[in-house]
Amino acid sequence: MGRIAALTRNPAMIALVAALAITGCASKKTPNSAADLGLNGAGAATPGSAQDFTVNIGDRIFFDTDSSSIRADAQTTLARQAQWLNQYRQYAIVIEGHADERGTREYNLALGARRAAATRDFLVSKGVSASRLKTISYGKERPVAVCDDISCWSQNRRAVTTLSGAGS
Amino acid sequence: MKSILKPLLMVAAMAAGISSVTTLPAQATLELNVNKGNVEPMPIAIPDFQGGLGPQISEIVTADLKRSGLFAPIDKAAFVEKITNPDAAPRYEDWKVINAQALVTGSVSKEADGRIRAQYRLWDIFGNQQLAGEQFFANDANQRRVAHIIADAIYEKITGEKGYFDTRVVFVDESGAKNARKKRLAIMDQDGANVRYLSDGRAIVLTPRFSPNRQEITYMSYESGQPKVYLLQIETGQRELVGNFPGMTFAPRFSPDGQKVIMSLLRDDGNSNIFAMDLRSRSTTRLTDSTAIDTSPSYSPDGSQVVFTSDRGGGSGRSQIYVMGADGSNPHRISFGDGVYSTPVWSPRGDLIAFTKQSGGEFQIGVMKTDGSGERILSSGFQQEGPTWAPNGRVLMFFRDSGGGPKLVSVDLTGRNEQPIPTANYASDPAWSPLLE
Repeated sequence: MGRIAALTRNPAMIALVAALAITGCASKKTPNSAADLGLNGAGAATPGSAQDFTVNIGDRIFFDTDSSSIRADAQTTLARQAQWLNQYRQYAIVIEGHADERGTREYNLALGARRAAATRDFLVSKGVSASRLKTISYGKERPVAVCDDISCWSQNRRAVTTLSGAGS
Repeated sequence: MKSILKPLLMVAAMAAGISSVTTLPAQATLELNVNKGNVEPMPIAIPDFQGGLGPQISEIVTADLKRSGLFAPIDKAAFVEKITNPDAAPRYEDWKVINAQALVTGSVSKEADGRIRAQYRLWDIFGNQQLAGEQFFANDANQRRVAHIIADAIYEKITGEKGYFDTRVVFVDESGAKNARKKRLAIMDQDGANVRYLSDGRAIVLTPRFSPNRQEITYMSYESGQPKVYLLQIETGQRELVGNFPGMTFAPRFSPDGQKVIMSLLRDDGNSNIFAMDLRSRSTTRLTDSTAIDTSPSYSPDGSQVVFTSDRGGGSGRSQIYVMGADGSNPHRISFGDGVYSTPVWSPRGDLIAFTKQSGGEFQIGVMKTDGSGERILSSGFQQEGPTWAPNGRVLMFFRDSGGGPKLVSVDLTGRNEQPIPTANYASDPAWSPLLE
């Protein structure tokens, strides 16, 4: 049930799942991958857990090509993230900024950093304490989807909100 | 490098028993004008050098010259004269009939002290004369270097320009899945031989670049968690963080005098500016202060200017190439073609800037003059980037991913001579060393 709820509340995740189904892209097998968790049906998460955040809230937002503007769909996700983060204040937060492969390495490091900063600033504007937030850019070094087409690139242009320092 | 190689490699030109170098410019018919638009490779004959190690050495010389695209080594099966004494004048007529314009003879022998002695002579076949003769002593471990030095000498005698074969390349060795790629710093000879790893692959490492003294590299690593610029002493393995900045530092390069590292520093607002740090005084100078991405700085060889990438112009052109004074003065855009430009690198000759351009869904490697005019695309592909110059400014190396992973490729300034650089694994971010000494 939790999984269905997550999908209906997170259009980006639906798009992600659909893209995976169509293209057969491999995706990163880590717990912070919303796609994996969604597909595996691991939605019955304890409220306030990292899994709850990843699956039910949505840990990532996506960007347009060469842009760090927070899109409307991403604003919805981040508002939900902020509400959750303000409720569960035990977590420190690292925002990872990523770029797709259609840019040169150094420029994409800068672009990923800009995306992470834009994401951080949005969360701060929604009341999340800046002291809890750190950013890191991975440029194009850690793609989540590894095929060479548009659906993969769009999944790689992302900012992922990761939780650390949790008591649980 | 110096510490190891200097004592081992002694160059003794014109030792007893070898006739002196004679370039004879007035009479020489043997020359190759590399500044012409379309250079026809010069037919050259390189019989196996004499002595046990001889054939190995002459093979390396042959491969270097062939890969330059300026020489066409003749199939040994076509040779008429069998060289038995590499110090004696050849039968010129026998080489004329197979249209060899140049002939290289040589020998390699072991000295009583264990060193190897390599000597070569370069003959101008249609000029009926010797053009050059030199001998070199080296430690066993430097066999390949001796061959590269001989190839450089031949290249220089015939083209009038410095060679680039006795050089090395630092790069990032890549293995594993694309979404969990293991990256290791590695160094090798320019032809792909003698690979050595400089990091263990636990942290992501990117963009290594040589110091002008060839003994250090600067690069970016995630080893501390936060991506930062480091220095690494190649021989000792000693590492050092460059600067103490709060945010990410990236895109480092040395100044031409080796005294500074220029790099990007992430600002808290998410933009990136360019700073130079003096390695002795540790003082830093801000060169740009824009709400834009300013990155990939590269000094002109005289150190007076810096070329860099910026998206400060905004609009659909996004990132473009700019030039400013080394103090940050007068930044001005020089790229105006149809596309997105990045990774500018100033030629060691000072005359050109190499770049990566994205246009029409392709990635291109090209060069332009330092005022942005005369753009020429040398290579196109789906995914390729990051040119680095050979020290003579005639050849670029970059990396290309045709699917699966990146490999290193070189291309000369004509764009007609593209060569894969053999590496065991995937490889990216090459940076060419200056000529060794």
